[in-house]
Amino acid sequence: MKRRDFLQTIGPAGIVFPALINGFTFKAFAESPLVSALTQAPTETDHVLVIIQLNGGNDGLNTVIPFDQYDQLANARSNIILPKNKLLKLNGTSFTGLHPSMTGLQTLFNEEKLQIIQSVGYPQPNFSHFRATDIWMSASDSNKYVNSGWTGRYLAEEYDGFPTGYPNAVMPDPLAIQIGSFVSPAMQGPSVSMGMAISDPVNFYNLINGIQGASPNTRGGKELTYIRQVAQQTTQYGTAIKNAAAKVTKQFSGYPTGNSLADQLKIVARLIAGGLKTRIYMVSLGGFDTHAQQVIASATDTGAHALLLKRVSDGIKAFMDDLTFLNAQKRVIGMTFSEFGRRIKSNSSGGTDHGAAAPLFVFGNYAKPDILGNSPEIPLITSASDNVPMQFDFRSVYASILKQWFCVPDITLENVMLQNFQNLQVIKSSAPCMSAPCMSSNADVFPTSETTLVLTNYPNPFQQSTTLSYQTQGGYVLIQVFSTEGKLIKTLLDKEVTPGNHKITFENEGYAPGIYYARLQNNNQQITRTMLLGR
Amino acid sequence: MKKPKVLQRFKKVNFNEQGSFRTLAGLQQFAAAWDESTLRHLLRRTLFGFKQEDLNAWKGKNMAEVVQLLVSPSQSPLPPINNYNDASFSDPTVPAGQTWVNAPYDGNANGRRNSSLKSWWLGNLLQQTSSVHEKMTLFWHNHFAVEAVDVNDARYMYRYYSLLRKYALGNFKQLVLEITKDPAMLRYLNGYQNNKNAPDENYARELQELFTLGKGPLVFYTEADVRAAARVLTGYTVNATTISSAFDPNRHDTGNKQFSTYYQNKVILGKTGANGAKETEELIDMLFLQEETALYLCRKLYRFFVYYEIDAATEANVILPMANLFRVKNYEVKPVLELLFSSTHFYDPVNVAGMIKSPLDYCVGLCKEFKMQFPDSTDFANQYLMFDYIRTQSSNMQQNLADPPSVAGWPAYYQAPQFHELWINSDTLPRRNQFMNILLTSGYTRNGKKIFIDVLTYVNALSNPGNPNLLIRDTVAHLCAIDLTPEVIQFLKGILLSGQSTDSYWTDAWTSYKANPTNVVARNMVLSRLNSMFSYLMNLPEYQLS
Repeated sequence: MKRRDFLQTIGPAGIVFPALINGFTFKAFAESPLVSALTQAPTETDHVLVIIQLNGGNDGLNTVIPFDQYDQLANARSNIILPKNKLLKLNGTSFTGLHPSMTGLQTLFNEEKLQIIQSVGYPQPNFSHFRATDIWMSASDSNKYVNSGWTGRYLAEEYDGFPTGYPNAVMPDPLAIQIGSFVSPAMQGPSVSMGMAISDPVNFYNLINGIQGASPNTRGGKELTYIRQVAQQTTQYGTAIKNAAAKVTKQFSGYPTGNSLADQLKIVARLIAGGLKTRIYMVSLGGFDTHAQQVIASATDTGAHALLLKRVSDGIKAFMDDLTFLNAQKRVIGMTFSEFGRRIKSNSSGGTDHGAAAPLFVFGNYAKPDILGNSPEIPLITSASDNVPMQFDFRSVYASILKQWFCVPDITLENVMLQNFQNLQVIKSSAPCMSAPCMSSNADVFPTSETTLVLTNYPNPFQQSTTLSYQTQGGYVLIQVFSTEGKLIKTLLDKEVTPGNHKITFENEGYAPGIYYARLQNNNQQITRTMLLGR
Repeated sequence: MKKPKVLQRFKKVNFNEQGSFRTLAGLQQFAAAWDESTLRHLLRRTLFGFKQEDLNAWKGKNMAEVVQLLVSPSQSPLPPINNYNDASFSDPTVPAGQTWVNAPYDGNANGRRNSSLKSWWLGNLLQQTSSVHEKMTLFWHNHFAVEAVDVNDARYMYRYYSLLRKYALGNFKQLVLEITKDPAMLRYLNGYQNNKNAPDENYARELQELFTLGKGPLVFYTEADVRAAARVLTGYTVNATTISSAFDPNRHDTGNKQFSTYYQNKVILGKTGANGAKETEELIDMLFLQEETALYLCRKLYRFFVYYEIDAATEANVILPMANLFRVKNYEVKPVLELLFSSTHFYDPVNVAGMIKSPLDYCVGLCKEFKMQFPDSTDFANQYLMFDYIRTQSSNMQQNLADPPSVAGWPAYYQAPQFHELWINSDTLPRRNQFMNILLTSGYTRNGKKIFIDVLTYVNALSNPGNPNLLIRDTVAHLCAIDLTPEVIQFLKGILLSGQSTDSYWTDAWTSYKANPTNVVARNMVLSRLNSMFSYLMNLPEYQLS
């Protein structure tokens, strides 16, 4: 895969993308018959993506627990560590266990309907809730401001010209639905929001159809036009949603009570089974900002975080059972995310502070049932600022879902994701997009468990410099070095190489002594190596 | 209807490719004619709705006089009271009708006290006289956001509110110092857990990111600065009996705190004993030495009172001079508001009606515009119930007073690119219209008491309610910040005239009602038509603008 960083040529933050594609203006580009054919008719698919946002920064190390690092972890967070004998085991791995309250997800994994992706993050992590959330929503680099959201850009590519001319015969339904009263920034398109918010689809209120006039050339006129558009959509989509909800009269009876996530997912299942053509749904659960007392000290498998994870796990499990009950199970893929994970070391308030990379779940009948990546390495001695270094960029997950589940062609994918990202296998290769297969040959997708990469360094520990030796299949290679705080320190290599063995040197440019992680990415595989810089 | 004069006076309106309208106007004093339309614009932005009487009372004053009155503080309200004793619960330490703010904590009473506080706060907005005071208190609540659900003790929230109200039109720098030591804030952002053995970065981060410098492109403080500030702030404790904070030198980190080059490598020398608390002042001095602090706050004020988009011209012509004055006046808020509310920029036609009402603007404004009658303080139980109804409506529209969604406040005040457009979506817009329709038609009834929009009384106070054209003109001028098209005006008149085209049909009906107001038929004849017309008018997107 070639890395084309055309976005780098674009000016300051806030410019609406796409402004330029490989030097052509978007207008000129869109005029080519090929592209206009692509943009005018949306891809035919009945696939749905359900995104579950865990607000506050979920403690990944208390969610997916590395058995093979348990002792180090217990050392780093002795006041909150889960009892080893209570961790939930997963079929086919002795390295990874789940929090004891996540029996629902354990079942899904063992039934081959769940994928765990380890250490998902991005270079230069941000520790502010709002900025980090913006980054995940917009899928921007952490030092860039992008005002649109990733699902909004995807839908803008698929549904040309929205909202003008919508709803219509091809797309009579909302493009994206947020359960709750605020439309998520992730659904923000290049110019307008592509999503709508609902909290109760049955009692949907119909607005009076009004006479409308022109609006004046002022800011008041601009806002007036906006409100009029919302008012119109409310009326039109209100009916479509009501009709869809009315078609489903009976749902799976096993939804948990007192679980707001399950309540939201139940509405989503109903709308999907009721026949809405809506492709993206977003739901959320808050409370993950566990700075203090995240566990009950006398029984660390209970407490605030255990309760939250139980809601996530029970909610997803009931949702999956409901989809099967409603015979919609083959249409849906879900994913969880949180704006960041938490520090490796716990604090003395019995909680954890804002961190960096964390695991992420992909679920559904067509989710590739495996664990991508290795257990995060926990140092023997940790300091308060230590973080889990990233193994996978979160945008790789987005891009892979768009490519493998929504059959988005590579050229469009670049417009949506703003760059090229590593393609991970998140969807079983047998998943069709309706009749036509989505992936032609899945040739460029390799499960991490079958990696052929090798990465070593010598000397280790080192003082002045160390030499990294790596073996690749050839093609595009990226080698990065991360600090224990999760920050990208140096990009050693970013280019195409020939197959075989290579060497590259990492010079100590005055870095603080301690642990550094080298990450090698070659096509669709990656591997990390722990290096120690001595005094 | 002809355009308000203010829309015709200026030609400096530019239309750029992205569909935004811009103005180059700056902060020089507004010198064009001061008339009813400019006065209405000022009142809409600074109050939660205004009554026709307010307008009439202020008509004779010039701009300077009106601005001066608006930025003057209003009297402090009496504290919230026990409105919550009922068959199933009686507060053991607070008699009904007495305030609970100094009573001991009571886990069984606290939920009810929180509701009492919220109802009372909403009541303060409703009862705000002609001053920007409560609106500025809300501004600070959004700026220094604290969630009652997290603080979990209504008495803390009362003190928090009182602090915000005390400094609402006062000194920003002093407020930052006070809020740093506020018991509710110490609890909310874990400040009371921040000690030398286990620094908690929560408050130190938000102090820089949200309360003073912001996260703009020219702000470069580091993670190390967050940690250093957290160490400066170690040692504060909260006394849950007296609801006060104190500084405990034994919990304070007495080491030196080194800051980054962004802060000119400032070192705050570690101090022992009671002097440790002086480090907090030094820290705040350091934050206020950064030019960005005044700029950040002025941008927030601008977005709260004028418009959310700040382009290069507005940054140069409005934000920079505002921030300069703010610094010159040692961070006193009042002079900055006076400058803004007297400026050419504020009254530029491009900015008129560009705000979308927040849920509180909408809900409280609706009550005030129609002078809705609430039970008085002798019937406090029902009064609080009604306040609570209005509060709940605003909450359902995504603005829950005393419980903002996060420490950053409400997204509509900060989330680019849509900002206050976020208040309006396919869930909240129907809620607004439903709320208005209920008050207009059936009213809301609890315990045999009813609150409702009395359109007959409203219309009767207009200049000439027997003339349908003038009735509509006056109503639209009062309720809508933006012109309606002639087609819509015609449609409104059609409702009033039941599709007839002769004005005198309405005049006759009105005259008949006035001659015999207790006659059910005569009364309903005008009432049903007025209800339909007002319902249509306030369902229009135009009514959402301020």
